[in-house]
Formats: sequence, C-alpha cells, structure tokens
Amino acid sequence: MMTRAEALRLASRATVVVAICVVGVAAIFVRALVFTPIERAQGPAQKIFYVHVPSAWVALMAFSITGLLSIGYLWLKDRRLDTAAAASAEVGVVFSVILLITGPIWGKAVWGTWWQWEARLTSTLFLFLLFVGYLLLRGTIIDHDMRARFSAVIGILGMVLVPFIHMTVYLFRTIHPQPVVLKPSGPTLPGSMLITLLSSFGVFTVLYLAMVTARYALATLEDLKERELHHVA
Amino acid sequence: MSDLVSAALTIAAKDIRIEWRTRTAVISALVFAILVLSILYVARDATAVPALALAPSALWVTFSFAAMIGLNRAFLTENELGAMDAIRLSGVSPSALFLGKFGSNLAFVGAVEGFGIPIFVLFYDVPIGVHLPALLLVTVMTTVAFVSVGTLLSAMVVQTRFAEVMLPVLLLPFLIPPVVAAVHLTAVLLGGRPLSAGLGWLKLLAAFDVAFVTLSTLLFEATLSE
Repeated sequence: MMTRAEALRLASRATVVVAICVVGVAAIFVRALVFTPIERAQGPAQKIFYVHVPSAWVALMAFSITGLLSIGYLWLKDRRLDTAAAASAEVGVVFSVILLITGPIWGKAVWGTWWQWEARLTSTLFLFLLFVGYLLLRGTIIDHDMRARFSAVIGILGMVLVPFIHMTVYLFRTIHPQPVVLKPSGPTLPGSMLITLLSSFGVFTVLYLAMVTARYALATLEDLKERELHHVA
Repeated sequence: MSDLVSAALTIAAKDIRIEWRTRTAVISALVFAILVLSILYVARDATAVPALALAPSALWVTFSFAAMIGLNRAFLTENELGAMDAIRLSGVSPSALFLGKFGSNLAFVGAVEGFGIPIFVLFYDVPIGVHLPALLLVTVMTTVAFVSVGTLLSAMVVQTRFAEVMLPVLLLPFLIPPVVAAVHLTAVLLGGRPLSAGLGWLKLLAAFDVAFVTLSTLLFEATLSE
C-alpha cells in the first residue's frame, strides 16, 4: 500500500491532468461548434454527438473495467484492485449521467421526443441504475473485506448482464442511429467530423484515467486515515 | 458429484422442513401475490385497457415481486445463532450450499406460482387451454432465472444494513431480461399462438438460465466470510 505522501502526490498529479483535460474538453467544444461542418440531416443538434458518443464510450469502458478488476479481486484478493474497481464504477456513473442528459436533448431536437424506450437508451439506463446500486451496496458495508467481495460479485454479474439487457431491448424495434465509427466496414463519417470525434474520444479517455487515478488516491488516503484512527483507538 | 447432489438435497430438505412446520413464508407470499393481482386488475381504466391485454404483465410483475419478498428472508435462518458457521463446519462445499438454497427457494417460489397461476386464470379469465404446458415451461425457466441471481444476492444483502431495500435495488436490473421475455412469451401463448412464435425470447431465457445459474454457483463462495 502507498504511503500518505505518495497518495497525496498521486492525487495532486491526477488533479492536474484532470484540469488539463477540462481545458481539452473546452477546446473540443470550440472545434465542434466553430470549425466542424453542420450535419445536413440533423442540423446543429448533431454537435452534441461529440460529447455524447465519447461519454458512452467512457461509461461502457468504465463498467467493463470494473467487471474485469472484480474478477481480478476475487482471484488475487488484492485490495488495490477493489479500490480501483470502485473508482472506475464511480467515474462510470458520472459519465452515464452525462450520457443520459445529452441523449434526450438531442432526441428532442431530432426524434421530437425527450425519451424513447429503445435499445441503447434503455440499456444505458439500467446499467446506470445497476452501478448506482453497486455504489449504494458499498455504502452499506463497513467491513473492508466483505465490501470488496460483495462488490466484486455485483461487478462481475453486471458485466454479464449487459449483453442480456441489450438483447432484450434489441428484440424491440430500435430507432437509435447506427454506429458510424466502430463498424466492420470502416468509418463512414466525413474527415473533419471524424477528427473532432476522435480527438474528443482521446480527451475523454485521458479524463477518465485521470479521474479514476485521483479517486483511487483519495480512497487510499481514506483507508490510511481509517487505519490511523483504529490505531489511536 | 453425488456428494454435491446429496449435500444440496440435505440443505434444501432442511429448509423445506422448517417452512413446512409453519408455512408462513409461502402463505404470506401467496396472499401478497393475490393482492397484487387484484390491485393490478382494478387499478386500470377498464374502458381502455382490457384485462387480457394487461394479463401477461400483471402475472410477471406479481410473481417477481412475490419472489423478492420470499428471497429477502432466504438466508435469515442461516444468519441467526451462527447457523451458517455450523453448516460450513460440517464440510459442505459452497457450491452444494448454494444449490441447496437455490433448490429450496425454487420450491417456495414454485409453490406460490403453483397456487398463483390458477388464481390468475380465474381472475383474468384467460383462455389458456392447450397452451398450459407451454406456460408452465415458461414459468419454470423464468423462475430458475430470477431465483438463481436472487439466492446469490440474498446471501449478500442479509449480511448488510438496509437488506430489505438493497435486495430489490440490486435484483431488479437482473429481472429485466427474464421478466420481459416471460411477458412476451405469455402474451404469445394467451393470444393462442404456439410457443415457437416467440423463439427469440425463448432462446434469450434459456441463455440467461445457463449463464446465471453457472455464474451464481461459482460466485457464491465469495459471499461467505472466511
């Protein structure tokens, strides 16, 4: 385990990276709004896509990483893996909120309705609620070891649940736009839009890593404080 | 293998014997189910929503809620007076313990459903007829789906604070695929169509059963304290 000084240093470095990324996100906004062409069919509403799609990517990545770290924890019983899994879940919840807010704003402009019970929206909503449940469960358990084991179980179950929820809602008709970047035939997005989107992906991914690192360092500091108090008592 | 099965059966028999003496859990879950079925029937705009249109949803919402009430109590006996430690000390493997608890929970939820389905047919006046065996198949598959995850989660939440709230919050997301599939399959059957008309849903349900029974059995060990 890290010492207090190491954890503090890690937290402050990660915070600096988060700050840089926030500037990066602002730059993406400027590029998206001013220097990227307006999409013909959807009009200006399509701009939200440069925030929405990278958030979806980060949220899904965050929850998958939580699942993988959970498997790692049950296997190796290393507490750092549990701390990292929880940090990733927390950041994933934040990006799901961004996803669930930007989605309806776009939907109102293009679909004419705030909410649609279609495949991706519905899966995201349930995934979000599941990981809120994951964080709530962590809050109800005081014992470290038990909290780590129980969270790992939910993390793994959640990872397996995702494809099932997706299949469930997919058996309903979907009206969500189909992928334009990650698909077998290669990207179909015009060049300048693709550059904006890919830089947004980059910035969001680094932002995710920095936020998880900062959260991880904070959780380590909490742990150290708790141990200190136990020793005093 | 036979050790696993006999240990699991012993655990399940213990639970069923305890429940048989009072029958409180099953009877209260059944009363709850009848109440929910009645409320869902009367709490609708009868001029706009025919009972038959509501019937599949009503059936599965009722059964999943009734199962949840039962599952909340599934590990209470083990939690008292160090009973869980005693079971562990007897040398039963975690998988056998899980399968035993899974078996007894299936029996309890199955009993509620066994009485619940005739009442549902009566209340909602559904034309089930020749499709009854198919409906029973769907019921068994769906029950296996939510009791497997439910038993695993119940073993965890009983050891936490806020157990009564935590179980629904954690379990409901896992009920979405099986319950939605069951509602669609029930609608197919009540519409007088054969089960094959809902083949996609049936496959989903079967895949869910296999995945989550296996996963729950493997993960159960992590819910036990060392």
